[in-house]
Amino acid sequence: MEKKLIVAPSPHVHDSYTTTTLMRDVLVALVPALAVATVIYGIQVLVVTAVSVAACVVFEYVIQRFMLGGRPTVGDLSAVVTGVLLAFNLPVSIPLWLVVLGALVAIGVGKMTFGGLGRNPFNPALVGRVFLLLSFPVAMTTFPAPEGIDAMSGATPLAFLKEAVKNGQPLSELMPEISYGNLLYGLHGGSLGEIAALALILGFGYMLLRRVITWHIPVAVLGSMAAFAAILWGVNPDTYADPLFHILTGGALLGAIFMATDYATSPMSKNGMIAYGAGIGIITILIRTWGAYPEGISFAILIMNAVVPLINKYMRPRRFGQPAKQ
Amino acid sequence: MLRTFRKGGVHPHDNKLSREAAIEVFPLPETVVIPLSQHIGAPAAVQVAKGDKVKAGQLIASAAGFVSANIHSSVSGTVVSVDNVADAGNIRRPAVTIKVEGDEWEDGIDRTGGFRKADPSLDGAEIVKRIAAAGIVGMGGATFPTQVKLSVPPGKKAEYLVINGVECEPYLTADHRVMLEMGEELLEGIRLLAKALGVTKSYIGIENNKPDAINHLTVLASGDPAIEVVPLKVKYPQGGEKQLIAAVTGREVPSGGLPLDVGVVVQNVGTAVAVYEAVVKNKPLVERIVTVTGKGLGKPSNLKVRVGTPVSSLIAYCGGLPGSAGKVIGGGPMMGRAMSNPDSPVTKGTSGILIMDGAEAVRRAPEACIKCAKCVEVCPMGLEPYILYKLGVRNLFPEMEEYYAPDCIECGSCSFTCPASLPLLDYIRLGKGEVMKIIRARKS
Repeated sequence: MEKKLIVAPSPHVHDSYTTTTLMRDVLVALVPALAVATVIYGIQVLVVTAVSVAACVVFEYVIQRFMLGGRPTVGDLSAVVTGVLLAFNLPVSIPLWLVVLGALVAIGVGKMTFGGLGRNPFNPALVGRVFLLLSFPVAMTTFPAPEGIDAMSGATPLAFLKEAVKNGQPLSELMPEISYGNLLYGLHGGSLGEIAALALILGFGYMLLRRVITWHIPVAVLGSMAAFAAILWGVNPDTYADPLFHILTGGALLGAIFMATDYATSPMSKNGMIAYGAGIGIITILIRTWGAYPEGISFAILIMNAVVPLINKYMRPRRFGQPAKQ
Repeated sequence: MLRTFRKGGVHPHDNKLSREAAIEVFPLPETVVIPLSQHIGAPAAVQVAKGDKVKAGQLIASAAGFVSANIHSSVSGTVVSVDNVADAGNIRRPAVTIKVEGDEWEDGIDRTGGFRKADPSLDGAEIVKRIAAAGIVGMGGATFPTQVKLSVPPGKKAEYLVINGVECEPYLTADHRVMLEMGEELLEGIRLLAKALGVTKSYIGIENNKPDAINHLTVLASGDPAIEVVPLKVKYPQGGEKQLIAAVTGREVPSGGLPLDVGVVVQNVGTAVAVYEAVVKNKPLVERIVTVTGKGLGKPSNLKVRVGTPVSSLIAYCGGLPGSAGKVIGGGPMMGRAMSNPDSPVTKGTSGILIMDGAEAVRRAPEACIKCAKCVEVCPMGLEPYILYKLGVRNLFPEMEEYYAPDCIECGSCSFTCPASLPLLDYIRLGKGEVMKIIRARKS
């Protein structure tokens, strides 16, 4: 035969996934929460998100092209995902120049310093958020109240409760004022992407369906949060909030579903993922209950990010046919 | 709930284009090239010379050692050379080339088509002897000499015979057609294998994308409590020996061990039919069923082909190599080998010929690892392909042993699934070879 043939080792076929299709699926999964936030907070949600995305993409391109060298890879959409997630962690009222600064820290410090996609130890969007939170605490904790939610105007539900506990008000008197329906639909104060619990859960379902992520990390985070909170609540319901309240507020769902599952900064084995998720859940409740901040999941994820290399080293998958004692 | 193996696995498109194509007898070629090494182990010792007249079924090379297999002429004619001939990968290896003249068979071979039961007075040792004489090897592609697998070493005991009718490789349908068209022969072959091993229970594992084969064999075996058809959930690589044993019996072959360590022997359906033909009809292994397939191919087919027939003549028979063809693969798309020489012969282990389109045959450019953990999730052996890959790229072979490179079964699930299109298996395979060398050096 005259025809030239390609010779390469097996396998000769490939699944349809690429980095870009995975990132695109994450973006699709974020759309419902973005839509709900836009309905509740108005068009400014889209402005903040667009500025964040544009800044992340431009910073990644410029750093890669002019500082690191090599082919820019913004086409893989990972910078877009970081941009949307950073925006989701900001209050809608934030000045736009702070958004750009946050994007610079997220991409520049959080991601490209370590060599770019897949090499960063900490979640870039959270690096950006925590930088802004520590540097500009007022701008980062001022939330315009959605209309008709008097009880918690200007504060997130968690901050509202924390303040009340500090003033000695028993929670059993306050909790009836809080509508779990409002928490589910996003009718409460908070960062623009964290408020719509139902929409975030919808995105979770989509990512599971498309096999972007597995259930392990989100379920471990939320499960351990609920378990820890339930114990505290059982001890004293006047000082400690109930588990459902913890899960529906303070970015728990956004963090568990979209931030803790960031590929590069989470463990590789299933048992590792569960340990990592459980750590995040417990640290989150610790910070929320006894820490200086009303919310804790951003810090909890970053702390557990730091433990991931250790988890990968010691919590490896069980081998097929592994001898009983190893 | 259908049974399957628990750890890892992927779901490639099955593309069984030739599913409905009944087995056709492929016409005799003009010449055949019969390699002396069509099996794992020592090449057979040639018994003929240039100019000799041979008959179909005549022994032309005999097993040279414990792990080796007899080789018979698949045609009648004149030996034109005993020399090195380019194989599928264009490496020259010893082979007997025979010019075909007529179709005369050795005496004593029953060529009638009908099904016959085996003589019940045959004992296990005689069955193994006939299997060895017939040169039967594992026909699923591994080509391990069958009589060796049937020789249970002292201290080990076989409890179950598991027959591999999984055919989890996409595109391939040869085993499927064998199960549909040669069911009686298959079951008789299984009874003979069971007798040779001294086991009282045999299972036939079949994935449920072949419901017709499951039904057909279940009905045929309904009167025989010693044979049970086990429908399996579709998942690649279920046809892997260890995965099939796990799926059917729930037992895990220990790392570095053999199926007999958990009391199981696995044989492919094609092998079982060859055993029937060898024992009952005295017919050596000189022909086999080959799937010739591919999306661009005119007529995807299942052909009964004499060993030694050039692959290119099979392709020509099925509509010719399409203009868009980019790869010719011996075997399936997950574990098959890309051929550089399609004029090379069909051998005992050729389960299929797959023509792949040029565009589909080109690999995607690798990108950065995003640590998505999909390779870890799909690895059926519980390995960490991303680490093995990183170590392989840096030639850190002793470290690859610490990450259990020799456990890799080379199923390709990791490379198949990697969103960054990293050549994970290429480097694991490299490292596995090097680690085996290290282990051998340490032992000696």
